Amino acid sequence: MIARLRCIAMAMPLLLSGCSGWQSVLDAQGGPAQRLEQLILWIVVVCAAVWLIVVAVLAGALLRRRAPSGDPLALDARRERRMMIAVVIGIGTTVVIITAFTVASFFATRSLTVALPTDLTIEVRGLQWWWDVEYRNEDPALTVKTANEIHIPVGRNVRIRLTGVDVIHSFWVPSLAGKQDLIPGRANELTIRAERPGVYRGQCAEFCGVQHARMALLVIAQDDADFDRWLRAQGAAAAERPDDAEIARGRQLFLSKPCAACHAVRGTPAAGATGPDLTHVASRRFIGAGLLPNTRGSLAAWIADPQTLKPGNNMPLVPLEPEELRAVSAYLASLQ
Amino acid sequence: MSGKRDSRPASHDTDVDAVRLDAELARTWGTPGGLWGMLTTVDHKIIGRRYIATAFVFLALGGILAVLMRLQLATAEGRVLGPDRYNQVFTIHGSTMMFLFAVPVMQAMAIYLVPLMVGTRNIAFPRLNAFSYWIYLAGGALLWISFALDMGPDLGWFAYAPLSGPQYGAGKRADIWAQMITFTEIAALAVAAATVVTVFKQRAPGMSLDRIPLLVWSMLVTSFLVIVAMPAVVLVTSSLILDRLVGTHFFNPAEGGDVLLFQHLFWFFGHPEVYIIFLPAAGMVSTIVETFSRRPVFGYLPLVMALIATGILSFGLWVHHMFVTGLPRLGESFFTASSMAIAIPAGVQIFCWLATLWGGRPRFATPLLFVIGFIVTFVIGGLTGVMVASVPFDTQVHDTYFVVAHFHYVLVGGAVFPLLGAIVYWFPKITGRMMSERLGRWSFWLIFIGFNLTFFPMHILGFQGMPRRIYTYQPDLPWQGLNMFVSLSAAILVAGFLLFFFDALRSLRSGATADADPWGAPTLEWATASPPPAYNFARIPVVSGSNPLWERPDALPVATGLRTDRRELIVSSVAEGRPEARESSPRNSIWPFLAAIATTVMLVGSIFTPWAVVWGAIPIGITLVGWFWPGGTPEDES
Repeated sequence: MIARLRCIAMAMPLLLSGCSGWQSVLDAQGGPAQRLEQLILWIVVVCAAVWLIVVAVLAGALLRRRAPSGDPLALDARRERRMMIAVVIGIGTTVVIITAFTVASFFATRSLTVALPTDLTIEVRGLQWWWDVEYRNEDPALTVKTANEIHIPVGRNVRIRLTGVDVIHSFWVPSLAGKQDLIPGRANELTIRAERPGVYRGQCAEFCGVQHARMALLVIAQDDADFDRWLRAQGAAAAERPDDAEIARGRQLFLSKPCAACHAVRGTPAAGATGPDLTHVASRRFIGAGLLPNTRGSLAAWIADPQTLKPGNNMPLVPLEPEELRAVSAYLASLQ
Repeated sequence: MSGKRDSRPASHDTDVDAVRLDAELARTWGTPGGLWGMLTTVDHKIIGRRYIATAFVFLALGGILAVLMRLQLATAEGRVLGPDRYNQVFTIHGSTMMFLFAVPVMQAMAIYLVPLMVGTRNIAFPRLNAFSYWIYLAGGALLWISFALDMGPDLGWFAYAPLSGPQYGAGKRADIWAQMITFTEIAALAVAAATVVTVFKQRAPGMSLDRIPLLVWSMLVTSFLVIVAMPAVVLVTSSLILDRLVGTHFFNPAEGGDVLLFQHLFWFFGHPEVYIIFLPAAGMVSTIVETFSRRPVFGYLPLVMALIATGILSFGLWVHHMFVTGLPRLGESFFTASSMAIAIPAGVQIFCWLATLWGGRPRFATPLLFVIGFIVTFVIGGLTGVMVASVPFDTQVHDTYFVVAHFHYVLVGGAVFPLLGAIVYWFPKITGRMMSERLGRWSFWLIFIGFNLTFFPMHILGFQGMPRRIYTYQPDLPWQGLNMFVSLSAAILVAGFLLFFFDALRSLRSGATADADPWGAPTLEWATASPPPAYNFARIPVVSGSNPLWERPDALPVATGLRTDRRELIVSSVAEGRPEARESSPRNSIWPFLAAIATTVMLVGSIFTPWAVVWGAIPIGITLVGWFWPGGTPEDES
């Protein structure tokens, strides 16, 4: 099954339905995760062997034939000595195994690539319950803000700088690397790397409140050309469609209703910073941090009643007439 | 309780025949019937029984919550529980199992068994022991009443700041969690102090340190762990309450506080906590293995050393709960090494038990079945523990279902299995009746199979990327099949527990009556009647080896000279168990109960206002004065 799903993930890297659900430690697709996978597999194999030996000895101890005897205190000195030797050998073996594990862990940790400051650096901030993603660049055209979706170039180390804003979260994309917490008041770093183009799912791994279960993110690995194209597209200001009356109406509603107080759309007066940046929201695959596939319909459903779809999240219900709801969702769906 | 000076001439156990001795001791040590007797008793057996029964009620309640979680997670996008309820449910499941079941039940076994096993008439500080039970009960009630009112804690059993802090933890949920900890810690510390003193100073003549039963050793080491570890968690919960109640900033990074400080303090307690639960279970395993192998345990000294080494090492492991918080990698490697090292004493214990079974003649009664189940499952838990001790391994499985599987293997396989075996084993001593061997086997197999089918697949779910503490997951994730399997398997586990409870309740009334030593066991608790009289032993036994009943199968020698008309017991030297003095033991008293009520009012009040600490201290002071007031009883005077 693993092989089959891996095939799907490789064959349809950008078709999300087949592989977005795949976030497995045992489906490592990048250098760090692959090294962890190897270490995990051999430790599990050794431990399984240890368990089998213990159970075999236990079975022997319980089932072996023995002569009946009445006095519980009559012990056979020779057998006691043999058992002492066996116990000492067992302890010695334990020491050897755990020493090997400790040394292997130490070197595995050291061998995990550490990205350099010159590598692509992505700022990720964890908030209840979504991910704020920022690509900083001296060139403002390449300075990108997005949410819940990280694009990386294939075959390169990528530095993820992790900052906690409200409570503790944990960034985890198992196919690409181990996890790392985002802690308020501290800056952490993680290196991720994907060897092949693909969509890799991750989600928050530290309990962070009522919607901890709905805090997913996608990492989309692309070859250099696709990645550059994506970055330039994201760096641009929001698309304007004055020709389409419904979209124009939606834009006007977005800016006049409370939406703009929390959300930013670059190129418009909307500059709110407490919710996800929506400049290119329609280009993202999911809304609500992995909650729903991104369609005009799901956008409308989300705006109409965010508290039913993701109870407790920080987006308030903004009362809209049906016609207004259609217009706002059309506007958002136009923000490619 | 009469308050009058005893004017009769002193009566000693040397002056009377056996029948009158029993009658006089029963009058001196007995607990009157009715509500008054219930509230005032300081008999360690009554309090121990109460403690055990209450802890099992909490096990059942926590188990119901586990069933609710499995119903919710059986399918993707389940709708059995909403997110808020689910978060309360898993928080209260964890808090109940750790603070209201596992630790108290192990200490309760110590309260009941340690005085009997060391051959004394009551636990040290019996009134403190009585106080401890009421405080524990109040803490448990606080948590569960708040849950019933839909204001139960929803922060996980660890309640990390800042999620639990004033900014993000709305309402009183975090305060209730923190005060519940305070209650259970006070209770645990009281029992630990009483246990240490009982073991050190009240052992039967001749019971030198190298003759102490292994269960008593394990309870002694556990009590020291409680005394050293619990203050750390009281510190962290008190700091949290201060942050929330009076605006200190211990855990607020914006004001110079540190959120990781919370984790350091919590796990400095939280890791030893695992051994506070496991070491008593190891003592139970040693006891059961010995009795049912029909030979002395192999490697008494290494087993004792392993208990002590585990206890000491357990304080050097806490950082392995924080491997992904961004601590320096070299420092983390040190904790990898220390966490791995604890496999050595664990290995020593497993190998010694295997050798005991190998060299003995195993009798496959229910208690031994549970111990066999323990070895099979606990070794898995220990090995997965070695896995998560590795930093790189842990960065992948931390906070996933792999860890959920791991610690259930350690806590259920490693502690609950031996505990159930111990309940079957000591049931005749505690109640005077045997549990059913047939139902015992059935419940063992249901629990053993149900447990493994429920929890083993969770390892795989963890590898498949399923995080802990999520109330639901989406259908496109490949977790549905295994989750459904786990939920169905849990039904087998539940059936096993229900059968066990049914058997225990039925046997209370109609089980076969047990004589003093139904298993042919070697330790002192089997030298007195089942159930034991209020005074435990008519005459205090004298011990000349570590398996007294096997060494002197006909009759144990006894020490005499204790008074029968007042509560007296023998105080002996710490190392050699040489009798040193006759010491009086406190009588029944209502003051511990009243002090517990006063303490409860103060602690619950302090959830709402800091002034509760000021005004609430006054009734506590009054009850303590009453508690320690020289009441004119002969024990107080002497």
